[in-house]
Amino acid sequence: MKTAGVAARRSTAYDPDMTETLSVQVWRGSERGAFVAYSVPRRASQTVLDVVTHIQRRIDASLSYRFACRVGMCGSCAMTVNGRPRWTCRTHVDRVAKNGDLTIAPLRNLPVIKDLAVDMREFFDKWARAKGQFQPTASRRDGFAVVRPDSAARKQADAGIECIGCGVCHAACDVVAWNRDYLGPAALNRAWTLFSDTRDGGQATRLAAVAGDAGCHACHSHQSCQEHCPKHLNPTASIAGLKRAAAWAALKGQI
Amino acid sequence: MTPRGQVLLWVAQRGSAAVLGLCVIVHLATIIVAVQGGLTGAEILARVRGSGAWLAFYSLFVAAVAVHGPIGIRTILHEMTALRRGVVDGLAVATAGLILALGFRAAWGLYGAA
Ligand code: SF4
Ligand code: SF4
Ligand code: FES
Repeated sequence: MKTAGVAARRSTAYDPDMTETLSVQVWRGSERGAFVAYSVPRRASQTVLDVVTHIQRRIDASLSYRFACRVGMCGSCAMTVNGRPRWTCRTHVDRVAKNGDLTIAPLRNLPVIKDLAVDMREFFDKWARAKGQFQPTASRRDGFAVVRPDSAARKQADAGIECIGCGVCHAACDVVAWNRDYLGPAALNRAWTLFSDTRDGGQATRLAAVAGDAGCHACHSHQSCQEHCPKHLNPTASIAGLKRAAAWAALKGQI
Repeated sequence: MTPRGQVLLWVAQRGSAAVLGLCVIVHLATIIVAVQGGLTGAEILARVRGSGAWLAFYSLFVAAVAVHGPIGIRTILHEMTALRRGVVDGLAVATAGLILALGFRAAWGLYGAA
């Protein structure tokens, strides 16, 4: 009886067309390597990160990958899943592998350290180059800064502030692939949120840092970053804001 | 090139695009109107020969193309080839020169055609 109950529950939770096992290809190696095939049992509500974890815990402990929070906050679990960059902890297998086939590779546009782990240094170094650090104008002796939630600047900053630094947009951007110096959507989105921060005092140096051929003006506005961002941010819009601001600054001779 | 120079190129490309937008509309409208009664070389020459207005229009058109195109070519060469920055800039300037020379030659030729 008990078994039948479980079976009945399972059959309602499962899509009748769903395969019982997933056929998973995983990148093994560094820059040079190859895809290795694994067979992983399919489960209800399974995420791509669950699949990778299953392989590492049950099949081959030498598989390297990165994750921390498992709930879409830390931004460390991004990989290329069936050709698209995604956060794996919140990507359900059902959504991306209807026929039971999964191909999991490291993120594009960053050096591969091993298997599914990429070297994020270049990515975060670009945030630093884009002056992605807050430059305070007040000290602890000053009162609280008042930034009205409904002010235009605050709304502008809000639109881009929820970035988790996952690198998905960086991997999705063709200009990053073509022009290794390009700061990329995430660093520029960060620069834009700070540019919109009325408490920040580093605007002139920041605009100079993000302007030109390696900065916002290299963006082709093709919106791949926006299409793939798991937080549904729009780095293209942030970059467009930077382009305008930097263009005016250049015309006025301020940068 | 300084970052400021790069930004000014970007501004020039947007500005020239706006000019080109207008020029293309005038150009297409003229074609549509002109072909109504069939198109002959004589008819074209009757319109543009000795006309300062058409010379000015086509000169503006040529200048806008000479600004707009090479800036795009510079970006494409930079992204798609391994050429050095200096070489890419040189090729872009050369392309601008070629467009200006050929374009003005054509516009001037029509203006002064015998
Ligand atoms: S819109 Fe710009 S930053 Fe975003 S993917 Fe395209 S080129 Fe990259
Ligand atoms: S903008 Fe979106 S895709 Fe890019 S790093 Fe931030 S959260 Fe990830
Ligand atoms: S593990 Fe933290 S965002 Fe996926």
